[in-house]
Amino acid sequence: MRLRKTSAALAASVAVVLALTACGKEGSAGDDNDEEGPEVPTYTVADDVDVDSPVLKAAQKRGKLIVGSKADQPYLGFQDPSSKKYEGFDVEIAKMIAADLGFDPEKDIQWKTIDSSIRETAVSKGQVDLMIGTYTINDERKKQVAFAGPYYMAGQDLLVRKDDDAIKGPDSIKGKTVCSIKGSTPLRNITENKSEYGAKTIELGKYTDCVKQLVDGQVDAMTTDDAILKGYAAQRPDDLKVVGETFSDEPYGVGIKLGDKALKDAVSDAIEAHIENGDYKKAYEATLGRSGSEFVDPPKLDRS
Amino acid sequence: MSSVLYDVPGPRAKARNLILSVVGGIALLGVGAFIVFRLARTGQLAPEMWEILQYTSTQERIFEGLVATLKAFFFAGIFSVVLGVLLAVARLSDHLPIRWFATAFIELFRAVPLLITIFVFWQGFLINDPMWALVLGLTVYNGSVQAEVLRAGILSVPKGQVEAAYAIGMRKSQVMLTVQIPQAVRAMMPTIISQLVVTLKDTSLGYIIVYEELLYVARQFSDNTLINGANPEVVLLGAVGALYVGICLLLSWFATWLEKRGRRAKTGIKVADAEPVAEPDKALDGKDGKDGKDGKDGK
Amino acid sequence: MNVLLDNLPLFREGFIGTLSLTAASALIALVLGVVIAGCRVSPIPPLRWFGAAWVTLLRNTPLVLLFVVAFFILPKVLFPGMSPYVLAVLALSFYTSSFVCEAVRSGINTVDVGQAEAARSLGMTFTQTLSLIVLPQATRTVIAPMSSIMIALTKNSAIAGAFSNAELFGTQKDLSDMGYNILFVFFWIAVAFLIITFSISGLFRLLERKLGVAR
Repeated sequence: MRLRKTSAALAASVAVVLALTACGKEGSAGDDNDEEGPEVPTYTVADDVDVDSPVLKAAQKRGKLIVGSKADQPYLGFQDPSSKKYEGFDVEIAKMIAADLGFDPEKDIQWKTIDSSIRETAVSKGQVDLMIGTYTINDERKKQVAFAGPYYMAGQDLLVRKDDDAIKGPDSIKGKTVCSIKGSTPLRNITENKSEYGAKTIELGKYTDCVKQLVDGQVDAMTTDDAILKGYAAQRPDDLKVVGETFSDEPYGVGIKLGDKALKDAVSDAIEAHIENGDYKKAYEATLGRSGSEFVDPPKLDRS
Repeated sequence: MSSVLYDVPGPRAKARNLILSVVGGIALLGVGAFIVFRLARTGQLAPEMWEILQYTSTQERIFEGLVATLKAFFFAGIFSVVLGVLLAVARLSDHLPIRWFATAFIELFRAVPLLITIFVFWQGFLINDPMWALVLGLTVYNGSVQAEVLRAGILSVPKGQVEAAYAIGMRKSQVMLTVQIPQAVRAMMPTIISQLVVTLKDTSLGYIIVYEELLYVARQFSDNTLINGANPEVVLLGAVGALYVGICLLLSWFATWLEKRGRRAKTGIKVADAEPVAEPDKALDGKDGKDGKDGKDGK
Repeated sequence: MNVLLDNLPLFREGFIGTLSLTAASALIALVLGVVIAGCRVSPIPPLRWFGAAWVTLLRNTPLVLLFVVAFFILPKVLFPGMSPYVLAVLALSFYTSSFVCEAVRSGINTVDVGQAEAARSLGMTFTQTLSLIVLPQATRTVIAPMSSIMIALTKNSAIAGAFSNAELFGTQKDLSDMGYNILFVFFWIAVAFLIITFSISGLFRLLERKLGVAR
């Protein structure tokens, strides 16, 4: 019993030491990835926005627009671990829209990390006003949420280890282990066409979990949208590479509460305006463009 | 007990034990060295990795996570004990419907994994804040467990006391409130606290609905940070693990202390004997049919 | 009712997954738990320390953390390529073994001191005393706590669902992703878990009756 007490004391003192060393270094740990590059544009905040949307009215009353975002996708939706700031292409899209809806992108957006598996619930329950996080528009989801957009066209691709030359595309993953997110469309594409692809699948909860398993050699490839994969490849250029052969279309949209047509139109207008005035391209080059993918013209908005 | 399992070693046994000690110690050290060596090879133990703990930004994030964990634990702990008392009383009620309701409630939420309960509360009901969904899930599950613990405690109050209370003209609710429950809580305190340890650990299930508690924050931090091209997983998970172990041990230690104090204070409450404790180990005695403190729901 | 009938294969897959995870982890946890309990009462100090450290560490760590370690750190230490099933069983059984160990140890404590003393006076060694005299008698008192440990294990296996294992929690998530009313799904999942947990407690009660001897 004395032993347990000693170990208790030991653990407690570790905790105390951790707490007391709070007089630590400034700044943040980690590799410095912020090489010089194009700057993200700034957006002018519209005033006197009057849209007949209950969600927006509530947000205006609150004074904050709640945006659901991803937090673990470099160059898309990424939360800096130290400063807690969100950055990336999806984040810029959110800022553009917020500005046009009359919210200051730097002050009046309340960001919320929403993981893939709970996006529909978060939108339909009104936990977030807008969901902008690599959110593929498809018919199944349209039953639960409305989409504005698409604002970007991604495609399913494969991420492999740098030294792997065996996997060249979706035809060469037979017998390999492929990782993706539980419940995601790319994963279903592989599992539902098992006879065609013939790959074993691992389903985890977060993209970064798949990346780690890929680096560790637990899985042979990871599949999801190319935009997401390129971010990881750019983050770890020595370990990973994207195969570069897309085999599906993944149009990204902004998730909005079902039935709020006015808000959907307002968001579409905002996206259109920023595509036209060049902010979209600038934002792209300052974020996703850094991961080495060429700018492509955005897909046509669906105004239905 | 353990000391009576073997004789006081003679010269030969002493020699044998010494050899086994050395061999066993070397084997354990070997396993430890193997793990350290393999981890060092992946760069997980490099000095740069450890430095991350020195930055104020890291400490602040971990501290925020710790606060979030403790906050959920605080509410869930209080609510679950209160719910436990209510359910235990309801289950001992004279009214059949109430008894049935309490029994069904307890059985249902004890059988379903907490992870599912939390998820359903969050998705199925209109609870917007993940914290309250987590707290509610923890409360109904742990409340059900605490109810069973308290019921055992109430039943262990000697019948004579209840009869005496009735004899001096107390009402049923008075007997329950002033005679049975205080003694039940007192007698069951160690078990209640070890269930609270379970509650504390289970706050980590909040990750499923993105409640940013200690473990979630640590994972997010390590996933989004690259040092020499690798995530500082071992360092951060180790730090957070130490925090969890430390807090849980503090709680268990508190339980042991209460137990000892309860025995020392001779306030005439007989129930203290219901837990025949000589030293903490022996408190695990399962003879009286109750689950031992550690066996309780084994989570 | 439709939720169940329309998706019977999904439910069956989840049910079997939960059962198989539970059974495999239970078996390993039992063996490990008894061995560690043996370590904790053994005459050899390093083994005693090892047992104490094992129990303290595993019992006070959240299971989710153990899963994270099993999936993202263990492959670095050993070798990559272990299946999610194996890793999940490892995490579950290691975690549960610490509870089994404590239950067994408290069971050992309930065996009358005279029994061990008698065994020793007959010249039995530590291993003989433990395996022939003390453990068989401890079994009886250990059954009740063991039952709740196994039920907890069943429920804990739900966490494996988030780590690429087919089990009932995965079924529930898949179905709610498909847009079914979550409360109906929850109802059937709860029924499935009640079936498993009631079977376990029934089984242990049977064991208790069979092994129970008036002492």
